[in-house]
Amino acid sequence: MSTPVIVIAALTATTLAIKAIGPITVGGRELPGWARDIVLLLGPALLAALVVTQTFTADERLTVGPEAAGVGVSGVVMWRTRSVVATVVTAAVVTAGLRALG
Amino acid sequence: MATPPTPAPFRDRVLAGLRAGLPFGVASFVLAMSFPVVASEAGFSALEAIAASALIFAGSAQFTAVAVLIQGGGAGAAIVAATLMNARYLPMGIALAPSLIGGRLRRAVEGQAVVDASWAMASRGDGTFDRGILFGSTLALYVGWVGGTIAGAVAGDLLSDPEALGLDAIYPAFFLALLINEVRSGRARAAAALGAAIALALTPVAPAGLPIVLASFAALIALWRRAPAEERAS
Repeated sequence: MSTPVIVIAALTATTLAIKAIGPITVGGRELPGWARDIVLLLGPALLAALVVTQTFTADERLTVGPEAAGVGVSGVVMWRTRSVVATVVTAAVVTAGLRALG
Repeated sequence: MATPPTPAPFRDRVLAGLRAGLPFGVASFVLAMSFPVVASEAGFSALEAIAASALIFAGSAQFTAVAVLIQGGGAGAAIVAATLMNARYLPMGIALAPSLIGGRLRRAVEGQAVVDASWAMASRGDGTFDRGILFGSTLALYVGWVGGTIAGAVAGDLLSDPEALGLDAIYPAFFLALLINEVRSGRARAAAALGAAIALALTPVAPAGLPIVLASFAALIALWRRAPAEERAS
């Protein structure tokens, strides 16, 4: 098997397993109140972690490049307009513009 | 939002999820167009890139896997890094489980619908989730993701340099849009700030993906630190 086929097969299996573990172990049991409070804060914590790692990381090192400016401006657009499409288009346009200038 | 006593039929919730997911599906389409271009550098054929999107359906994991391969890592390293990247679906699945229906096996199948955007959109704000919204928004994202991958594979020559078009900035902007919709309380803002700080602090020392999983602890810390502080303020 070629490398891409091995990687696709393995990641299909691990993703399926990771997504299945929670529902299989917890089943239909209600989470206690404190656990539901954690669930509410889990979204912001994980999303913020994704934003900063995708924005400031290149080759597992921290960097600040044009994409940081693009993502920053896009955040202002989202905050003001609540339009997801305008937000991602802004991020791409600002980043591409700065790269073209640089 | 439907008002009790009669909850909106399941089909209406799915349609509502589809509508809510549409803008994210469009963003996901644009981002996915760059995947076959990047993946081809890692030796993926157009068909393999499309199969990856259709079967794995996890942008961060797919891009992580091909990045490791491009940097010269082997299949094993790519699989471990991308699996770590997906490890956040474990706490998300635990959170979601009671909101699904049926036995454990059925819940495990329904739990496959979790992706970041649909999980966040399906959250009712009380720790439970609307599974109709989850399925509808995931469908919009899936069509966008796989459709964008096919479009990128077909029109790949037009996208020879995704970075010049700023396409790599779409992914973090996509998550930032979700985050801005999510932070409605001081506690949520604290959890977001802490999660970002944990992820940034660990990035130079931990393998890709692990800093994001460990950022989960920000939820615990924000909950534990914030409660006494709010009591003092009052």
